[in-house]
Amino acid sequence: MDFLRPQTWPEALARKAERPAAVPIAGGTDVMVEVNFDRRRPEALLDLTRIPELTGWERDERAIRIGANVTYTRVIEELGAELPGLAMASRTVGSPQIRNRGTIAGNLGAASPAGDAHPILLALGASVEAESVRGTRLIPAVEFYVGVKRHSLAPDELIRAVHVPLSPGPQQFSKIGTRNAMVIAVCSFALALDVPARRVGTGIGSAAPTPRRAVAAEDYVSGALPWESRDPIPDGVGARFGELVAQTASPIDDVRGSAAYRRHALAVLARRNLAWAWKEYQCA
Amino acid sequence: MTKPLTSTSRAGGVGESPVRPDGPLKVKGEFAYSSDLWIDGMLWGATLRSPHPRARITGVDIGPALAIAGVRAVLTHADVPGDKFYGIDQRDQPVLAIDEVRYQGEPVALVAADHPEAARRALNSIEVHYEVLEPIFDAHKALFDPTSEHVHPGTNLVRHQPVRQGDPDDPAVRAQCAVVIARDYEVGIQDQAFLGPESGLAIPSEDGGIELYVATQWLHNDLAQIAPCLRLPQEKVRMTMAGVGGAFGGREDLSMQIHVAMLALHTGKPVKMVYHREESFFGHVHRHPAVMHYEHGASADGKLVFVKAQIALDGGGFASTTPAVVANAASLGVGPYEVPHVKIDAYGAYTNNPPCGAMRGFGAVQACFAYESQMDAVAEALGMSPWRLRQINAVSEGSTLPTGQVIDSPVPLSEMLDDLVAMPLPPSEEFDLRRMPGGVSNTTHGEGVRRGVGYGVGIKNICFSEGFDDYSTARVRLEMIGGEPAALVHTAAAEVGQGLVTLKAQIARTELGIERVTIAPADSRVGNAGSSSASRQSYMTGGAVKEACAAVRQRVIELAGAPADAQLVGGKVVTALGEVVAQLADVLGDTAIEETREYRHRPTERMNPLTGQGNSHVQFALCVHRAVVDVDVELGLVRVVELAAVQDVGKIMNLLSLEGQIHGGTAQGLGLAVMEEIQVANGKVLNPSFTDYLIPTILDMPPMRLKILENADPHAPYGLRGAGEPPTLSSTPAIVAAIRQATGLALKRVPIRPEHLTGTLAS
Repeated sequence: MDFLRPQTWPEALARKAERPAAVPIAGGTDVMVEVNFDRRRPEALLDLTRIPELTGWERDERAIRIGANVTYTRVIEELGAELPGLAMASRTVGSPQIRNRGTIAGNLGAASPAGDAHPILLALGASVEAESVRGTRLIPAVEFYVGVKRHSLAPDELIRAVHVPLSPGPQQFSKIGTRNAMVIAVCSFALALDVPARRVGTGIGSAAPTPRRAVAAEDYVSGALPWESRDPIPDGVGARFGELVAQTASPIDDVRGSAAYRRHALAVLARRNLAWAWKEYQCA
Repeated sequence: MTKPLTSTSRAGGVGESPVRPDGPLKVKGEFAYSSDLWIDGMLWGATLRSPHPRARITGVDIGPALAIAGVRAVLTHADVPGDKFYGIDQRDQPVLAIDEVRYQGEPVALVAADHPEAARRALNSIEVHYEVLEPIFDAHKALFDPTSEHVHPGTNLVRHQPVRQGDPDDPAVRAQCAVVIARDYEVGIQDQAFLGPESGLAIPSEDGGIELYVATQWLHNDLAQIAPCLRLPQEKVRMTMAGVGGAFGGREDLSMQIHVAMLALHTGKPVKMVYHREESFFGHVHRHPAVMHYEHGASADGKLVFVKAQIALDGGGFASTTPAVVANAASLGVGPYEVPHVKIDAYGAYTNNPPCGAMRGFGAVQACFAYESQMDAVAEALGMSPWRLRQINAVSEGSTLPTGQVIDSPVPLSEMLDDLVAMPLPPSEEFDLRRMPGGVSNTTHGEGVRRGVGYGVGIKNICFSEGFDDYSTARVRLEMIGGEPAALVHTAAAEVGQGLVTLKAQIARTELGIERVTIAPADSRVGNAGSSSASRQSYMTGGAVKEACAAVRQRVIELAGAPADAQLVGGKVVTALGEVVAQLADVLGDTAIEETREYRHRPTERMNPLTGQGNSHVQFALCVHRAVVDVDVELGLVRVVELAAVQDVGKIMNLLSLEGQIHGGTAQGLGLAVMEEIQVANGKVLNPSFTDYLIPTILDMPPMRLKILENADPHAPYGLRGAGEPPTLSSTPAIVAAIRQATGLALKRVPIRPEHLTGTLAS
């Protein structure tokens, strides 16, 4: 296995173009587990940790562009106020040691249906900045995940950054695990209120071959909420929203949980997330 | 090469809590575990394992593996130099599978190579031809269905142990009962989940023998199994304890010991072997899963009238310690309660499930979950508080167990429950997400959360039971070093993290009245110490060190010409009245005084095979727990808010170590209650990793309130009572009882999963 260590972003893109089978590695919290368990023996690893272009984040009026090497710990510490949902999701990742190394871009690169960052990226309508020697493109999160551990990057593309919209409204994220920390999601759910657009965004994790939005649930609840009056959520709306979210999932039975439990839990989480976000909106 | 673990702490006798010599090294990551062993020129060993739980081997082709560059040896059962079978109780386990595999992960072939990657490639190139057979995976069927196939020729029964006292089926007995509760219970497979994988180093020596550096719980029992398989006399197999990264019973059986030695003898080179994490789940035995049926009858005033129980323990493919686990489940099957009429039948089965053997609590854990669940059910049916019902039936000193054994040392269970109930309940807390079920995963802000409180009681036998010749050996040497009296304590006892190294030095300081004590590395150049199991090392090796010190002291006193009742205090020989007779320095001069002693506990008896009667146990230890839990009843998520415990240890030898044992044992019981299970389907393990075999984190294990009692056992050294296992028994049923109270559900199985609490089990 070759270990490629580009020093600059253009060099990394060139390497990836030469050797599309090279697996990019930053924190290594996914890749090294796979290598150590002998589940994967890539012909080369492309180490991105030396590339200065990837280590920062920047803000414009609509979004924050998070460089591919920004860790979960930095998201929590530096972006917690502006991206509360992503920070909540980041807090549920692994242990402090894992959060100190793991990155949002790595979560995207692994594209596991159980990745903790995915649901809120879907709920917020984030996009992935993919680049190759051929150029740069923005892939909406909803188009990024195409199958179990498969994404829509071309073989020569690398993730340069993630663009997360600055949402004008409350955000929530919840994850079910069978212990109270350091656990892979049995299922997870994220919700974001886009107040000016009167829209509710959602994301479901670990309950389908890919992370996915619950579009029917979004359509229903966006129309059912009393946005103008800021009154309490009408009776039955939360429960119906939960049902629609659960129906959108297509979970399986596995060692982490049953399909029936995942559906049940998603309905509860959706209802609770909506109530928490709405309460915050009412108080704002 | 491994550095010996030695203690040169200068202060701290019995009853104090000196810093453990291995503590700072372990905290700083500098401790050398068995997986850190290294010697120049060594080869790497690896094991090919069966992917099938049950199959006939029709052929093995090692040719392609031998052809790989860097591969030095590929061995199969044909290469085992001596006996082809080993085992801790019965020699029923092949060193390498011969014509059949009986569990997934059973070793089939070995490789030694220059590099671990070459070894791994070689494993993939060995061609094993299997004729796959339908696994036998239902223990109940394996035992009781006469049409079941057999795992070993002739039988699936490892041991059946009945216990008979009175007659629970007598209508006159039944007529005394106001309530009769009959329920089924299940315990899943728990793993020891030690962090140090099975590993070690074998170095061939010039005399044709072998030096073995391994992490084990019992050097001499390993040796007795290894030597015949290598066809070497025991003196040519020189064993040294390597750093043990946790054990909990999982290192009682052999893992890679014979294999690494075979590779070293075959290649003439040092060989290192380290299991990887996933392999480790297949490399050691687990806690027996149990299916149990219990029936309790009690009178209207809460007195137990009878208990009937059938306990089926699944031992997997080989016997391991199943016979002794069955005996514990049977003899302790009603718990620490007086019951006039008892009929227990405990069975150990062979199946093609993962092999099971020793784990902290050893048969007593499974029964405890069932009998404590029954006690709660009886209390509820009678409208009584659960702790009051337990007090009404509690054993005390002088009580007779269903085996006929009279408890002849303090077991103040009723008083312990008084102490437990008197402890304050945790105060209500400010909202903090980390203290909600689900923690920072943000699943509830209080919605659906209900609190429950539950109690659990357990009784565990300490030391080896049933007539086993149980002893430990200690050698103590006293001499002047650099003008100061110093002792060297040498035993073969395994420090598995419990603090034995510290304790041995404490005993030597107290008995010899000196400060400077060095603990020699454990090895086979000193006599058998027995296993670091059954909560027995403080009692047994502690007892041996105490006796060896007493023998050394006796000789010093004789040399000094002092009265026979003189003591050694502060480096001086002192009369009983405190008069200084001599300085140790003057008495010893240039001579070293060395004494070796074996220490035995009182003899025990085998259980009668038909009635279970007999004084089968040495000592009994009790722990009681109160659990407070918050359950999100909508999501089925649990947070244990607090665990309180009362334990009687006879004598606090080292408070810090002892509290660590109670905390740790309690945490392991918490794991069994709510998360720890090796999931198996058709004999195959589904979750062999710490990603999916979950053990409690700091956010799962709550703070504890402890009360530790010291009612001395007159038969034991210092009056001490083994302490490591009892907390593991009682914390599980206490937590389950609390969850039952919060949810109103019956909950017959541990670990409890969210599906059990929300009615969403897979169909």
